[in-house]
Amino acid sequence: MNAAIWAMQAFTGLSTFCVLLLMALGLAIIFGQMGVINMAHGEFMTVGAYTTYLLSEVSQRWLPGLTNWYFFLSIAVSFLLAGAFGLLVEHLMIRKLYRRPLDTLLATWGLSLIMQQGFRSVFGAREVSAKLPDWLMGSVKPSAAIDIPINGLVVIGLTAALTALVFFALFSTRFGIDVRATMQNRPMASAAGINTARVDRLTFGLGCGLAGVAGAAFTTIGSTGPTSGSAYIVDTFLVVVFGGAQSLFGTIASAFSIAQTQATTEFFMTGSMAKVVTLSAIILILMVRPQGLFALKVRR
Amino acid sequence: MVEELLNVQSVRVCYGESEAIASISMSVNKGEIVAVMGLNGMGKTTLMKALIGLLMPRSGTVTLSGREITRAEPFERVALGLAYVPQGRMVFPTLTVEENVQTGLPPGTREVPAQIYRFFPVLLEMKKRRAGNLSGGQQQQLAIARALASGPRVLLLDEPTEGIQPSIIKELAVQLKQIRDEVGLTIVVSEQVLSFALSVADRIIVLNRGAIVHQSPREGVDEESVGKLLSI
Repeated sequence: MNAAIWAMQAFTGLSTFCVLLLMALGLAIIFGQMGVINMAHGEFMTVGAYTTYLLSEVSQRWLPGLTNWYFFLSIAVSFLLAGAFGLLVEHLMIRKLYRRPLDTLLATWGLSLIMQQGFRSVFGAREVSAKLPDWLMGSVKPSAAIDIPINGLVVIGLTAALTALVFFALFSTRFGIDVRATMQNRPMASAAGINTARVDRLTFGLGCGLAGVAGAAFTTIGSTGPTSGSAYIVDTFLVVVFGGAQSLFGTIASAFSIAQTQATTEFFMTGSMAKVVTLSAIILILMVRPQGLFALKVRR
Repeated sequence: MVEELLNVQSVRVCYGESEAIASISMSVNKGEIVAVMGLNGMGKTTLMKALIGLLMPRSGTVTLSGREITRAEPFERVALGLAYVPQGRMVFPTLTVEENVQTGLPPGTREVPAQIYRFFPVLLEMKKRRAGNLSGGQQQQLAIARALASGPRVLLLDEPTEGIQPSIIKELAVQLKQIRDEVGLTIVVSEQVLSFALSVADRIIVLNRGAIVHQSPREGVDEESVGKLLSI
């Protein structure tokens, strides 16, 4: 009995871990690699969540044949929409502020407020839910006491696939080399022949697109409101900083430990006490290791 | 036949209100190795940065094979055939040696030409190591390899001997000439060490307070008077 509770609680933690990681991946690229503090990152996630909601409505009303599979389509559309919007924001705002990090913080915070109000005006203040296809709703019962929801499993699979893709893009392609070179030394990267303005634009777009996918995944575990994304932004920054800003492995490890601590302690005490425990632990660890869990050791 | 590759016409560079280069005009021919000499603060690095586009001149023009590049971005100049090895080398410390070389390759490509590792065999041995963990001399070779990866016509080298031990400086001089002869490269190198400059350069230009004060081919260099300009 006790083991079953542990297992299910651990699985709840795993679902939180997935959304946190999907959010943090985008932010790890934008904040960790580019050093841009994007306070509107949560709203890009909301863009993905509303996109999924809209597609679920559309498929129910006009394309019943699609109802079962729209979720996969919405992942792709969320990525493209949030990514395209990210490119636009980069072009109009972020690229003018690369040398002014604190101004970026203010500007993106303003952007997040504007976007939240935009969502409220278009979709209303009430939370909406994408209708999940039936096959996503059931659960797997490996034993009588354990109940593992299928939507959670799908989100885990999605997260694993996307993480692998991000790793591939950053560490096995020429684009990834350009990104990492630009983030380390922008003027030198340009003098080596890299079009750094283009790299910045694409990196920001990619990060925002990933947030959009996180939004699509989010619809399977919660309902979408104008401020759904902003509820995650603090946790997400925490994940990136705790993991070590430059390290993707660190991001994964820290998202996992934060989500699991949160989920397991939540079971034994109230939600806010669980938060207190998690945050205190993070603060203590960051006091000892200010560079985060994983930091590359090289001569600089 | 003498073909002019790089031309600098009355270039003036300032940092805010302070003038680093008053007016420099010079011309570099194909296949030539030109050494720009001068003490610290005389404008060598400023000139190099203005040539690659990291600093924009206040006035004057820079042309590469007759094409004006005075206002071009650094990566555009690289595409046109300039390459740059900065002072202090500036390799990307957390990238591997191989990835560092790849940053210099034309956009979208990842195949490092075998020739580059032939010039610098030590880089092939260490290609999976992080560049930040290499020694100063190895980082210098890596920075040159990265610059060569773009297949340049003109290589700009800013103080390559800084912080490198004398035996390796000699080796570097041999390597540079070998590369020049094999690839048909033109090299502009800024330098403080007269012996190094005399061993690689065909022509020597001496800067003082942001202006050219002496210019002569290696054969006719009056070592004493140049040495005087280079001593405090």
